[in-house]
Amino acid sequence: MTLPVALGPMLLSLMVVAPKPAADLTVGPGGHFATITAALAAAQPGDRVLVRAGTYREATLVVRTPRVTVQGEGWPVLDGQGAREVLVIAADDVTVRGLVATNTGVSNLEDRAGIRAKDVRNCVIEHNRLRDNLWGIYLQRSADCVVRDNDIEAHGERQTTSGNGIHLWYSPGARIERNHIRGHRDGIYFEFSQHGVTRDNVSERSQRYGLHFMFSDSCSYVHNTFRENTSGVAVMYSRGVVISGNRFERSWGSAAYGLLLKDISGGEISSNTFDRNSTGLFVEGSSRLEVRGNTFTQNGWAAKVLADADENRFTGNRFSGNAFDVTTNSRSANSTFDGNWWDAYAGYDLNKDGVGDTAFHPVRLFALVVEQHPAALLLLRSPLVAVLDAAERVLPVLTPETLVDHHPLMRPPR
Amino acid sequence: MITLDTIRKRFGVLDVLQDVSLALRPGAVTALVGPNGSGKTTLIKIVLGLTRADHGTLHVDGRVADEAGAYRKAIGYMPQAAHFPSNLRVGDVLDLVRRLRPGEATDDDLGRAFAMDEISDKFVGTLSGGTRQKVNAVIAFLFRPAVLILDEPTAGLDPLAAKVLKDKIRAVRHEGRSVLVTSHILAELESLADDVAFLCDGRMRFAGPVADLLRRTGERSLEDAIAGLMRSERASHRSASTVSAAIQMPPWRAPEPEGAA
Amino acid sequence: MNIVSLVLLAGLRDLSRNRWIVAYALCFLGIAEGLFWFGGTGPQVLLSLLNLVLLVLPLVALVFGTIHVYASREFVELLLAQPVPRRQLFAGLYLGLALPLAGAFVVGAGVPFVVHAHDGATLGGVAALLAAGVGLSLAFAAIATWIALRTDDRLKGVGIALGVWLASTVIYDGLVLGATAAFGDYPLERPLLALMLANPVDVARVLVLTQLDVSALMGYTGALFQHTFGTALGTGVAGATLVVWCVVPLALAGRRFLRRDF
Repeated sequence: MTLPVALGPMLLSLMVVAPKPAADLTVGPGGHFATITAALAAAQPGDRVLVRAGTYREATLVVRTPRVTVQGEGWPVLDGQGAREVLVIAADDVTVRGLVATNTGVSNLEDRAGIRAKDVRNCVIEHNRLRDNLWGIYLQRSADCVVRDNDIEAHGERQTTSGNGIHLWYSPGARIERNHIRGHRDGIYFEFSQHGVTRDNVSERSQRYGLHFMFSDSCSYVHNTFRENTSGVAVMYSRGVVISGNRFERSWGSAAYGLLLKDISGGEISSNTFDRNSTGLFVEGSSRLEVRGNTFTQNGWAAKVLADADENRFTGNRFSGNAFDVTTNSRSANSTFDGNWWDAYAGYDLNKDGVGDTAFHPVRLFALVVEQHPAALLLLRSPLVAVLDAAERVLPVLTPETLVDHHPLMRPPR
Repeated sequence: MITLDTIRKRFGVLDVLQDVSLALRPGAVTALVGPNGSGKTTLIKIVLGLTRADHGTLHVDGRVADEAGAYRKAIGYMPQAAHFPSNLRVGDVLDLVRRLRPGEATDDDLGRAFAMDEISDKFVGTLSGGTRQKVNAVIAFLFRPAVLILDEPTAGLDPLAAKVLKDKIRAVRHEGRSVLVTSHILAELESLADDVAFLCDGRMRFAGPVADLLRRTGERSLEDAIAGLMRSERASHRSASTVSAAIQMPPWRAPEPEGAA
Repeated sequence: MNIVSLVLLAGLRDLSRNRWIVAYALCFLGIAEGLFWFGGTGPQVLLSLLNLVLLVLPLVALVFGTIHVYASREFVELLLAQPVPRRQLFAGLYLGLALPLAGAFVVGAGVPFVVHAHDGATLGGVAALLAAGVGLSLAFAAIATWIALRTDDRLKGVGIALGVWLASTVIYDGLVLGATAAFGDYPLERPLLALMLANPVDVARVLVLTQLDVSALMGYTGALFQHTFGTALGTGVAGATLVVWCVVPLALAGRRFLRRDF
């Protein structure tokens, strides 16, 4: 093959797809356009719309041209004036970056978002600031989008007048990275969105869940921090979920969970830290989960595993400073605990292999009492409770006999 | 100096003291004697205000003894057994008592005689019983009260220390103060006592000068006289119908102290 | 110097050299320091010490206190024979027992937290633990004094002290637990809260827990608890009740001291 023969068709195809070179359309003081609306109308595929600093109060902006980049310079403010959605991506391969989208206002009729991607592919939403919007970033039937490095904050007062920070609905293959979300109803929300990757985000002070996802198989959540969310994190009705290296912190409340798993089958919960939650990990109706290498510290209940959960394996986790390490609602337990480290373990290791020679029963009698009579919690840390638990350990008659760690570690793993 | 008038005290069903009256003369040593359980200790505790009488009056230095206890300025007390907090130094204990009674005239004679300076840095817990008893005596004689009440004062003291203490008692008597002493060693009391009060089963069987007692019982020593009284007491117990001649004596009363008139 | 402080000072001087008191302080010091040494963080050490405070502190205050009052009997009589009012003597004698007990605990349990100040124990938590320990020391020293003043038989007195200890640390909570299970169908919040306040050991426990995250757990079992444990009110009520638990036995012991025959 010779070079000219190959170059010919390539040049030809370039001419067809991009009849003229990409242009920069400048909006704002000293720019080509006074309004973003006008610039978007004039934009050709591949163009960049550069928005200069200033406040723009326009009708909802809709990007209809593919491969357009809307880029703010000096944080231009796009103000919804409390009346409308701010920006909608309605074409493939659009990038939005450097904008401040604010003030959509509250509506009971429509889900107004700061930035919405609707029925598109490959959008990139990055380095934006979203302030006081009903919904922050909303991916609606949009595949393979990237949402990263955004800073999203809302001050909604009630769940009903507040939407989610990052909301995915039928949007598979999304990458949600390094965003910081505060004060929305749910920080990050996935529904019917498979194969997503969510990593390095911080989601805190959500009115409901820091992360909430349902019917979204094969997603992974890595190295995120979920902190002080009213109800913690809820993961439901999905398969093949990987949740690894996250921090679940300080979710206190009667219905608050560091991480709630409901009807999850086949997944991995590894190397996470559950710190100071009323319930660290709540497992209901889930099966074949590998729970390993996690750290549970200073939670009320480190792990609540209901009897309808089965074939879950807890290995190599460390439990310390929790009011209750493990509790369940029945004497028959179908999950196994093996080779974890428990700070309450008082056994010995004569052959020095690092594994305790006597088994550890992580379910305390008092935990079962409290399960049936919540008011008994008032006796938390009472010397009586210590006496009861000690007696139960010597002579287990009430706690689940199957829920036993036969190989408790003598030292915390890692 | 101290006048007890018809003092009564019951502990439960037990009549410990029944209408006991006694007066201590100034410038006299009164020996309080009686068998074990006769009520001597209770009588002393009533004088000190440690125990309250059910009935009767107590005058000290002409004043009625009151609840606030200021009358105890007129009393120096040496309890039978000395128990001080064992981790205090001798100096701390003496200092504490001195500070509890500020403004009272002090008397360092006994402290000097028992060389308190040399042991003031020692912890009470390390002292021998005799040395502790010396500290006990020093505390009783630390001030110049009108009345001294000494409960078995020489118990545990070596002969030399006992003599020092007895000399001190005589010196105090010489100064016109009253002293009430109990002791098991009647011979020792004989050399000290001017008056004797014999208590038995809660009743004052005899109270008066030693000479009177000797004359009435026809004995030559206090020891014999008291022993005779106790024997006849016991005999009267064994045959309740027999009335003992030896104890049919009206209680002796001291003349009212001049200061109280 | 007045009589109260003179007698108190003598008590302090005596007990600060008492080997049991010193051992008691060293025991707390050793255990707290040991917990830090073996990798405990501030809040964990706090909770471990809480168990010790609830169990060991009443035992020591009751048994040591009773024995101490008996042992000082002759000395007290000597002091009573001096021209000082009983009321002031009693105040001095009680404080001379209670303050060294409380002081030994504060030094033993407090110093490690000062040394490991960076280990994450909140100031509120440490303060609540120390306050609870001091409150329990004062309360049980008063109860011990009362027992010893009421009971002349020393063996019986120490027996009663042990009984009070067992009752207040374990038996009482056992009855509460039993009642909770038996009457689980009825609204229990108010009676349970009253029952908690009726036992100084429970009051001390609640006082410390209100300063820790886990207190929220108790709040979830009812609106009243939430109100009590979720706010400064709970800490205030628990603290005030502990004060009552010092004052009432002290008043009873004081009355006994003023009236009794020695």
